[in-house]
Amino acid sequence: MKKDLVIIGGGPAGLAAAIAAKEEGVEDLLILERDARLGGILNQCIHNGFGLHTFREELTGPEYAERYIEKVRELEIPCRLNTMVVDLAEGPGEEGEDRPVKLITVMNREDGLVTIRARAVVLAMGCRERSRGALNIPGYRPAGIYSAGTAQRYVNMEGRMPGSEVVILGSGDIGLIMARRMTLEGAKVKLVAELMPYSGGLKRNIVQCLDDFGIPLKLQTTVVDIKGKERVEAVTVAQVDENSRPIPGTEEEIPCDTLLLSCGLIPENELSDGLGVAMNPVTNGPLVDESLETDKGGVFACGNVLHVHDLVDYVSEEAAQAGRKAAAYLGGGLKRSGRRIPIRAVKGVRYTVPAFIDLDRMEEKQVVRFRVGNVYRDAALTVAFDGNVVSRRKKRVMAPGEMEQVVLKREDLERAGNLGEIILSIEEQQNLS
Amino acid sequence: METGGSKECRELVCIGCPLGCNVTVELEDGRIGQITGNTCPRGADYVTKELTDPRRIVTSLVRVIGGELAVAPVKTASDIPKGLIMDCVRALKETELEAPVHIGDVALSNVCGTGVDVVVTANVGEKTKEI
Repeated sequence: MKKDLVIIGGGPAGLAAAIAAKEEGVEDLLILERDARLGGILNQCIHNGFGLHTFREELTGPEYAERYIEKVRELEIPCRLNTMVVDLAEGPGEEGEDRPVKLITVMNREDGLVTIRARAVVLAMGCRERSRGALNIPGYRPAGIYSAGTAQRYVNMEGRMPGSEVVILGSGDIGLIMARRMTLEGAKVKLVAELMPYSGGLKRNIVQCLDDFGIPLKLQTTVVDIKGKERVEAVTVAQVDENSRPIPGTEEEIPCDTLLLSCGLIPENELSDGLGVAMNPVTNGPLVDESLETDKGGVFACGNVLHVHDLVDYVSEEAAQAGRKAAAYLGGGLKRSGRRIPIRAVKGVRYTVPAFIDLDRMEEKQVVRFRVGNVYRDAALTVAFDGNVVSRRKKRVMAPGEMEQVVLKREDLERAGNLGEIILSIEEQQNLS
Repeated sequence: METGGSKECRELVCIGCPLGCNVTVELEDGRIGQITGNTCPRGADYVTKELTDPRRIVTSLVRVIGGELAVAPVKTASDIPKGLIMDCVRALKETELEAPVHIGDVALSNVCGTGVDVVVTANVGEKTKEI
């Protein structure tokens, strides 16, 4: 099978990328989705709060997804559901095409194992949750330990309850949302424990998911032991010091039958790795330029496979850009020039997306998204061109749980002349007013 | 700083959008005075409501008979008094719909006498036979 453009993943990123590509004139495209329905993780995010930015109204996850699914149907974009991509590779291009072709090996019940030859690919595989194994919690392997997202799927899509007395480790948004969900379904959520001195979730979720129901949140606290052999019977939590090490003597045993883990998300990049795409060790996602193109020409990345987002609205926006750029690539444009400027993240800025800007391909404005490494109050966000600070914006609060952005203008970059690098940093106030 | 027994400041986090502004409200004899810290008018609306008549949109599930999924997600069409959240959820546990259901279908009207309908938020088709 041959395709101009294949989009791997039918979640919010894949849907928005496909719609944008089709609207830019790409006719021969295909969405590959491993689940039985489109929409990805939004299908299990039944709470409200999606789409304020995009649609100026507050939607639930499935409603937000449906807006895009309807559009995909209207534009008659083909999709293969229940289809797993097992390998991604490059091969020599067809006659008259000097750029390599992408070989996508897919598997499903109808076609078996087939290889699709695509001229361009959008990576939109999303992310997955950090598992218990990756957290090194000792104890037996009893039933009753779930990642928060798995529990969310059981409750919200399968209609089953994982347990009745719950402790949640990690205060990321999924953990907070599940604390409320489980409470509404009749469970008793005894504690949300967070290793860090701050929550990784949105403040509004602390208020409406924990405070509303009187669920305690203990910061700088972790699970040090899990009791029970067949089923979880209790967990032991302890306070941690500034190096995240448990403090002896602070242990507390909490009887419960369920432990939910909400300890971070990891972009799912096995396919990108297989292709040999250059990765960013901070995000665990591909390194991309202003067009969201990876170092492999014609391979674009967007959404949570690129970096974990806090708002789906930004995923849709980013993915639409990836779709448009893929269309430009297929139209013979988007050639690489020598004018590639790196963006360096220093002092509190953990990474940036994009990591480079090709000045010849840059649009008039470029959004640069990033996360900070700590909680900053009344600090300034600075942008410097080769050591000259060109903008300094004061922010009341910046936190690791919330994505930040700056907008760069093409004219400013052009005016700076032979720009070597763009530097983003956090400047802390020396004397607090 | 407190200047008298009847004047106090309350700090609330606005839940109007993901920005989560820290909004400070001055309370004089229990009456709402100056509101600061909000980035948009929604912040002032939120804290005023939160201190006088706190309300929430409730999202939950209802059972679906003969559906491709066992449950369908629902939400209250607008916010309801915070004190009625658990009653609302209990009422929804008693509610069953027959597949197919569509976004916007009313699952339960006038929930707990609030005058607010609970509506379906996802399409759930009929169960097809396993191949």
